[in-house]
Amino acid sequence: MIFRTFEKQELKKLFDILAAHNRIIGPVETGRDRKGQPVYAFADVPEYNDIRLDYSITKLPAKRFFLPFKEDLSTFKIENGDWRKEISYNVERPLIFFGLHPCDINALNKLDKVLLHSVYPMPYYAAKRKNMFIVGMDCVPQPYCFCRSMGSDTALHGFDMFITDLGSRYFVEILTDTAYNFLKNIKTGEPEEVDHIQYMKVVAKRNNEFTTQVDTTDLTKILDMEFQAEVWKYWGDKCLACGTCSNVCPTCYCYGVDETVDIDLKGARKTKMLHSCNLIDFAAVAGGHNFRPERHSRLKYRYYHKHRGFVEAFEESLCVGCGRCGESCLANITVPEVIDSVRGNWRNK
Amino acid sequence: MEAGETGTRTYLGVPLYRPRVAFFEFSSCEGCQLQILNNESTLLDFLSLVEVVNFREAMTARSDDYEIAFVEGSITRDDEVKRLKKIRKKAKVLVALGSCACFGGVNQLKNRFKDLNRVNKEVYGKRPIESGPVRTLEDIVKVDLKIYGCPVKKEEVEKIVLHIAIGKSIVLPKYPVCMECKRNENICLFELGEPCLGPVTRAGCDSWCPNSRAGCWGCRGPADEPNMEQMKKIMEEYGFSEETILDRLECFGGFSSLMGKGNTK
Ligand code: SF4
Ligand code: SF4
Ligand code: SF4
Ligand code: SF4
Ligand code: SF4
Repeated sequence: MIFRTFEKQELKKLFDILAAHNRIIGPVETGRDRKGQPVYAFADVPEYNDIRLDYSITKLPAKRFFLPFKEDLSTFKIENGDWRKEISYNVERPLIFFGLHPCDINALNKLDKVLLHSVYPMPYYAAKRKNMFIVGMDCVPQPYCFCRSMGSDTALHGFDMFITDLGSRYFVEILTDTAYNFLKNIKTGEPEEVDHIQYMKVVAKRNNEFTTQVDTTDLTKILDMEFQAEVWKYWGDKCLACGTCSNVCPTCYCYGVDETVDIDLKGARKTKMLHSCNLIDFAAVAGGHNFRPERHSRLKYRYYHKHRGFVEAFEESLCVGCGRCGESCLANITVPEVIDSVRGNWRNK
Repeated sequence: MEAGETGTRTYLGVPLYRPRVAFFEFSSCEGCQLQILNNESTLLDFLSLVEVVNFREAMTARSDDYEIAFVEGSITRDDEVKRLKKIRKKAKVLVALGSCACFGGVNQLKNRFKDLNRVNKEVYGKRPIESGPVRTLEDIVKVDLKIYGCPVKKEEVEKIVLHIAIGKSIVLPKYPVCMECKRNENICLFELGEPCLGPVTRAGCDSWCPNSRAGCWGCRGPADEPNMEQMKKIMEEYGFSEETILDRLECFGGFSSLMGKGNTK
């Protein structure tokens, strides 16, 4: 691993160099909520001045750039009674993500396990994923963040370079040749001992800022034991089965496929659309049977996939603790509270 | 090719079914029918899939020989009841087109008033017309298919007709508008301080209203098994009065049976 430091004004230079030939995706402000707080989204950043590197969190994760909500898997041309299939992985230019927080980098690493390194990789994802450059950025923990409990508060890999704000200058961790070469274009220096000390101070300060915790000790076992727990019913009664939690989740990847025929009958397309295990028809099968007709059982399985099934398969959870689902859920269903209740800490509910 | 026949036109080798269709309207703004005519780029393709034998908004010739009847509007008078029953007898398939036909639509708001004569006077002044409580098509005849929306979404109608022609099943979304709203990357209206019925309303409009920063009024009626109780709690939590909630829920009539109020049934 290579470390460097650079003066703050060099960051704009780095941005401009990257932006010269690439599409840059980063956090921008898209509006203000009813309390006057800024609302952030990952979007194309045309100018350095538009990027908001001090962002708290984006409402939607960056996944729409590599797992679009809606994507054509194939199109068909129908002519003279015959048809021709066309497949595009829908990759245009390489994407540069500028300013991803550790949770979102870890989310990508988790998605890779399923969509890249599995027996059946998903080419649509792989094509986009391999064409990506990631500049990570440290963050300020928000009241809803529990990434530290999920082991996702730091990113060990999955980025090209990771920048930490030391206050007076930036500290950068370099993981790839590409990043190293880009950084040659700006003025950097070897970190000195004062930088190391400052780095550790900054990290320790951040560690103390986490206010929300989730106790994951023995969680897979506890979920098994509490399969029939009453609390699932409590949360199920609240759930709107709206799918928002999966849509805002950086690691949810479930989808359905829809076929559309053009009205002139000259073409057709197969479109993939992200779905959610909380939607009423998630487990409905041909013939009309629904394996999970009740809201509470669907909600329960969302937690079982994230915190039990995935852990058994990959020895880590499919939740990075970004807190987005809880923040966006109109019924106030949050991961820390659900898990706390399943662990029996809510007997009075 | 004759309508109703499977002729030479095919899709992937399978002959198309080209039904004779008729459009009828009852008490409504006729906006749903307009939606269908509205799409010039696809209108000709659409019309080539069916043989329209009756469409007052678009043509003068009429015929009583049809297989599919698209019926717009709600029922408010006795003569309408008779006419609807006649249509039902002739049509193999009766489609309720739009929220007035499905739920009574905005028209059914007047059912809230006990004294309908007063309503009539307010609306029509010195020349009151015969107009009783608003009923849905289903209150009177069997309805085979409902196309929701005020107005309907032309893409959805086109898709349904296309699926009839090529023999593909017709599937409407069962989940609520929020799903499409998130897909469209909107900021939730509740965060902006506006009420929205998206969490309980059936998707399919591609979150039409939230896309332009307006809350959903539930024009497509309830999603499958909507969580009405939680919806009310959310409205309260975000500081909206019971009146605001009821105004929205009652607006198109889709939620009437879920509010323990019943329609005029
Ligand atoms: S948990 Fe919340 S966000 Fe998820 S489906 Fe239920 S109500 Fe919607
Ligand atoms: S489940 Fe919730 S907290 Fe966990 S990664 Fe998904 S959105 Fe973030
Ligand atoms: S099953 Fe549910 S929780 Fe798991 S990835 Fe799919 S939508 Fe997300
Ligand atoms: S704006 Fe309405 S439809 Fe969109 S997410 Fe919010 S409640 Fe759902
Ligand atoms: S958002 Fe609601 S009111 Fe607007 S078109 Fe869709 S269902 Fe109708």
